[in-house]
Amino acid sequence: MASTGTTMTKDSILKVEHLSMRFGGLMAINDLSFEARRGDITALIGPNGAGKTTVFNCITGFYKPTMGMITMTQKSGKSYMLERLPDFMVTREAKVARTFQNIRLFSGLTVLENLLVAQHNTLMKASGYTVLGLLGLPAYKKAAAASIEKARFWLEKADLIDRADDPAGDLPYGAQRRLEIARAMCTGPEFLCLDEPAAGLNPRESLALNTLLRAIRDETGTSILLIEHDMSVVMEISDHVVVLEYGQKISDGTPEHVKNDPKVIAAYLGVEDEEVEEVIEEIEDVVETVEEGKH
Amino acid sequence: MANPQSNTPAAGNSLTAQALREAFYAGLVSLGLFVLFVGLKTDQNIRNELILVQRWGLLAIFIGVAMVGRFITVAYLRPYLAARKASRDAQVADTEDGFVKRNFSKLAVLALVLFPPVVIALSGVQGSLKWVDNFGIQILIYVMLGWGLNIVVGLAGLLDLGYVAFYAVGAYSYALLASTFGLSFWILLPLAGILAAFWGMILGFPVLRLKGDYLAIVTLAFGEIIRLVLINWTEVTRGTFGVSGIPKATFFGIWSFDVSAPNNFAKAFDLPMSSAYYKIFLYYLILALALLTAYVTIKLRRMPIGRAWEALREDEIACRSLGINTVTTKLTAFSIGAMFGGFAGSFFAVRQGFVSPESFVFLESAIILAIVVLGGMGSLIGIAVAAALMIGGTELLREMTFLKAVFGPDFTPELYRMLIFGIAMVVVMVWKPRGFVGSREPTAFLFERKAVSGSFTKEGHG
Repeated sequence: MASTGTTMTKDSILKVEHLSMRFGGLMAINDLSFEARRGDITALIGPNGAGKTTVFNCITGFYKPTMGMITMTQKSGKSYMLERLPDFMVTREAKVARTFQNIRLFSGLTVLENLLVAQHNTLMKASGYTVLGLLGLPAYKKAAAASIEKARFWLEKADLIDRADDPAGDLPYGAQRRLEIARAMCTGPEFLCLDEPAAGLNPRESLALNTLLRAIRDETGTSILLIEHDMSVVMEISDHVVVLEYGQKISDGTPEHVKNDPKVIAAYLGVEDEEVEEVIEEIEDVVETVEEGKH
Repeated sequence: MANPQSNTPAAGNSLTAQALREAFYAGLVSLGLFVLFVGLKTDQNIRNELILVQRWGLLAIFIGVAMVGRFITVAYLRPYLAARKASRDAQVADTEDGFVKRNFSKLAVLALVLFPPVVIALSGVQGSLKWVDNFGIQILIYVMLGWGLNIVVGLAGLLDLGYVAFYAVGAYSYALLASTFGLSFWILLPLAGILAAFWGMILGFPVLRLKGDYLAIVTLAFGEIIRLVLINWTEVTRGTFGVSGIPKATFFGIWSFDVSAPNNFAKAFDLPMSSAYYKIFLYYLILALALLTAYVTIKLRRMPIGRAWEALREDEIACRSLGINTVTTKLTAFSIGAMFGGFAGSFFAVRQGFVSPESFVFLESAIILAIVVLGGMGSLIGIAVAAALMIGGTELLREMTFLKAVFGPDFTPELYRMLIFGIAMVVVMVWKPRGFVGSREPTAFLFERKAVSGSFTKEGHG
């Protein structure tokens, strides 16, 4: 279970304030504010159509929000207004990386090449924007070797080292998910946004994913924001959960807190407001019996 | 799978028996089919009466052909094909690629370098002209154009239907600057490339927001705009008359190929006067330019920019999520592709000594694109082979004068080249939908370089 003792001292890495996103007449996100703390795994959950992916797209610059502010504060203290940056700058300058709900790998490139493309900006600088690299200067060669080493590191972490030279499109589904995360990590992010990383994974692959995410948080200090439907993943690894419904935040706190929040239960089970109390009692009964069973 | 070509006599006998049986059935079927169509024919006699002509002989020929054909198919053709397939499967499993296949590109370059001396040895200095000029130079120009367009279409996945515009910019840059200011070819060659690249960027800025079909249409329009400007801006380009009297290139200023010049190449070496030396010089020049294109392409593919192009072809949104500025990446692909088009254009002007807008019609763009697609997008060797087949094929059609004996003296085979191209393209696309070389060479590897099958790569969408 996540450690909760240290959360008080952690500073915030991403601050979303009064975020609203309107598509024509549809208010996809309505005045949403939340905070992700450095070194935490923050989960964004909610029923289908709650606006989770829209929040992601706003954070990563793929959508320009109608209103609101998204502030990313780096370890160095530098902060960026993400809503003002074009999408590629969000990754390049603000160090926010993302993955996609429907996997977007470069299927015709090999697994290794996928990870090298992710290091584009570092390598571009090292190659003197191609000119010096074409001349074959040693500085570029060194950078190229370092980029392969970095790729190898993440391939080992994601347990993909055996498939390094195969086309990415040839990997099984679970491996493609892990590769996408490894690729995002190769951009050197401080904040990693994962859109349903466990979707379509079997329990074993889900477990491997949990290990990978924990390793990312603990070994690189990268903070993670993830959208997830698989509650086993959310409750298992997240330190902090934000619950959305109809574009609004209905709950925010530790997994324990959120799990027992009547509003969340109502949102997921879909009950009338008057019945919420009853539901809570029922749930408490169930929880008690389960815990008794454990002991 | 049972191997039909067993050596046992029993199997052979049964195969023959089966073939005879099937031939008999084929005969029956064709008898039923043709007896009324072929065996009997209604006709008019001299008195305008309807009569029935019986053609049993012809019917027998039809049935005979069907039976013999069936017999041969079953008894010989099918076992032969099956055996060949089996042996090929077996070969793939155990042998490595042969020497020729492994070193194909090196051998090809060697053959191209040795081509002029061999031709001179075979057909004399004057006789070599046709082969070096019509075949060698012509094919190599298109190889270079194909390789240049390959950067835009094959690597970056941007469908450009107006590539010939950059070819035109290069050609007119050389033609106009050389005939107006008398600058040398060696100064204007890079300048033509830079100008074409510059135009590539000018075009690129507004156009690269578009994707797929829209991009294709706008690039097509841009190609036509350049051509129309060349036609209508008569004060500068002399319109449809074109620019003539373009100075020849010199051998780095050391030897000239002008007949009247004191440092004429033939005079300097006491050789008999011939235009073949200039053509051979041009052959090596375009060979060098084409190889430069290939070298730069190979180098760039291993650089971050080249990988970003290919990534862009695979998935643009993923590229942006990785912090790649897709606009500048597309622009570099466009302008570097355009630059090689400009080099090829200035070479074209120097070779022809004359440029007119007629050389830069849409058909040229289409042919270059067809070469890239036929060769396999992204593959240098495939594109070179496709260019040799398409352009060499056109030239070969001109050579086929014996066809006049078959089809009559008015028959001009080159008029049928588009028909033949069309059929050839359909056949190739059915047989190899990804072009001659469908697989892709990875640009980096950890353990082992494995070609990526064409079924994984995408064609690009923007």
